[in-house]
Amino acid sequence: MRKCSLDSINSVFAEISKAASLYLPVDGTDGAATYTKWEEGLTWSNALNTVKSPKDFFFPQTEDLMEFKTSGKNIEVIDTRSEMEDFVVFGVRACDVKSFEVLDRVFIKEPVDSYYASKRQHGTIVAVACGRPAETCFCQTFGINPAEPAGDVSIWKTETEVFFRANTEKGEALMSKLSGLTEECGEETVNAQKEKIAAIMNKLPLKDLTTDGFGGGKTKELFDAPEWDELSQACLGCGTCTFVCPTCQCYDIKDFNTGNGVIRYRCWDSCMYSEFTKMAHGNNRLTQKERFRQRFMHKLVYYPENNDGLFSCVGCGRCLSKCPISMNIVKVMKKIGGKASE
Amino acid sequence: MQTITRDQLLDKAVSLLADGTVTAVLGWSKGEFDYDVTPAVFKTEAELKENFVWNDFCGANFSKYLVAKMDRLEGKMLVFLKPCDTYSFNQLLTEHRFDREKVYAVGIPCEGMVDIAKVKAICGEGISSVDCGGDKLLVTTLYEEQPVEVATAEVLAERCVNCKSKKHVAYDELLGEEGEVIDSNRFDEVEKLEAMTPDERFAFWQNELSRCIRCNACRDACPACTCEKCVFDNPNSGVENKAPANSFEEKMFHIIRAYHVAGRCTDCGECSRVCPQNIPLHLLNRKFIKDMNEFYGEYQAGAEVGSRAPLVDYTTEDLEPGEVFDRRDTNA
Repeated sequence: MRKCSLDSINSVFAEISKAASLYLPVDGTDGAATYTKWEEGLTWSNALNTVKSPKDFFFPQTEDLMEFKTSGKNIEVIDTRSEMEDFVVFGVRACDVKSFEVLDRVFIKEPVDSYYASKRQHGTIVAVACGRPAETCFCQTFGINPAEPAGDVSIWKTETEVFFRANTEKGEALMSKLSGLTEECGEETVNAQKEKIAAIMNKLPLKDLTTDGFGGGKTKELFDAPEWDELSQACLGCGTCTFVCPTCQCYDIKDFNTGNGVIRYRCWDSCMYSEFTKMAHGNNRLTQKERFRQRFMHKLVYYPENNDGLFSCVGCGRCLSKCPISMNIVKVMKKIGGKASE
Repeated sequence: MQTITRDQLLDKAVSLLADGTVTAVLGWSKGEFDYDVTPAVFKTEAELKENFVWNDFCGANFSKYLVAKMDRLEGKMLVFLKPCDTYSFNQLLTEHRFDREKVYAVGIPCEGMVDIAKVKAICGEGISSVDCGGDKLLVTTLYEEQPVEVATAEVLAERCVNCKSKKHVAYDELLGEEGEVIDSNRFDEVEKLEAMTPDERFAFWQNELSRCIRCNACRDACPACTCEKCVFDNPNSGVENKAPANSFEEKMFHIIRAYHVAGRCTDCGECSRVCPQNIPLHLLNRKFIKDMNEFYGEYQAGAEVGSRAPLVDYTTEDLEPGEVFDRRDTNA
């Protein structure tokens, strides 16, 4: 384990930036934190987390896939990708780190999504422990420990110091660049912080939330639960929950007509939208109830069924704080899971 | 704190259900915390007693729900309307968007709603309870031994700081005291924008709108946006888009939407309340309202049912397009 003083963290950022683009949460003019490319003068935010999750780095909201240019009877297919460069995402919370595992299982499974895979390959994740979890946090429901964030490097921040531990080869490589700015140290301070975090986790209002009643094989039991009516009745059908969610992975592929060709791009889609997965025969979910149900069944039943029991929620709490009508996965789990386990 | 109590609303709802005046109640349902209140339709006294809430976090405007919620309802729906909600209610009636006969509207006074984000900015994350009492909130967090006192005035939602009316313009029955239309400062922020140079103003909106994630929450919460199929959701429209294709396109979405609701927007502020990215979208609409007031005389959408908005009502007194152009140097 190595450490540096919090006062000197900007020189760490400057050093990382020499070799790679560095992104970290920075407070915007609206007071909320957003991942921003670091440059001299920017300050690492104290916010617990960003409004938008870091999934954008690997799975951007819009991304050009290829371009077609026509001239006469010829169509030229152009690979629009530029050479991917190394980048570092700094200050990722444990929940969001786990979300990359959820996304990996979708995109880095045969056939591999090379757009996503290339970004994962070039990105280094520096994850930070949560000293002050919010009431909306429930990562522990999904077995995540915010005191031990995964990632290529784990860091712990105190009032005065930042502690680093490399977990992977990429992490070792990053830390070797910082050897002049950090010093070797013991683990006492970090262990003390871990204990403090554990004590807080025990006090969180959602600490008893369980996944009992969910998981693979529960489709028949839960699909027609009468509670979906009540849970979905106030849903506006906006895409807020899906777009702030670190694990929502659905996208649409669309063509943009450039006049003499087409730019084929993909963009995030939302199961909350009326045109989601529209097919030749029309839409397969005609009501907001069906769309709403899809989102939660996917996270709590279908995904785990196909991914060895792993749930595709990481308990980051973004949907809890951002849903315009305050309906969210916790309310769904309490209402429907409780019933199923009775 | 609200002057009318949860028990008063509850008694009203229970008695109207019991005597058959209504068969359902559109109200606020309690959440996991004290502040995450969800709109809900209640059908029994037991449901109401268990989950109905009324506190400083009941900001959601119910008027738009009336468009969708009553299709298959037998009997009437009781809806509680705060003063600002009643303007949307009238505007929707003007546009024939729901059946007035199927609604029993109860006007309720409102002392302003609290923005939990402002509370968190003061007290930090980790709020375990919020007690609304008097003119302050008592906020208990996981991290402080003692509850923190926060003045309610400091954490009111922006739209409530600039409340335009405590008067109800529609109801079947009023609970509590009727208020007055307020001479608010709601155009102050617009004037600040007008005082900017075009470059400054562009930079302002560039910064704000660049955060847009096209979740459409502003549109979906907006009581003036009630198209059954929004042009931006229609794959055959040629402009459908699920995500901003570029920074120009996302600005266009908001500007087009502001034009679309101009003259119909009551300035209820739902757009800014629901925006996950804290974009002050209401300022676009307010600019239109201010301009229309100046160009065509004072007009408040929803103040009465059936009024014709200036933009769809030609009079010989209307100013000439050239006059608008002439104003550009003095008042952008």
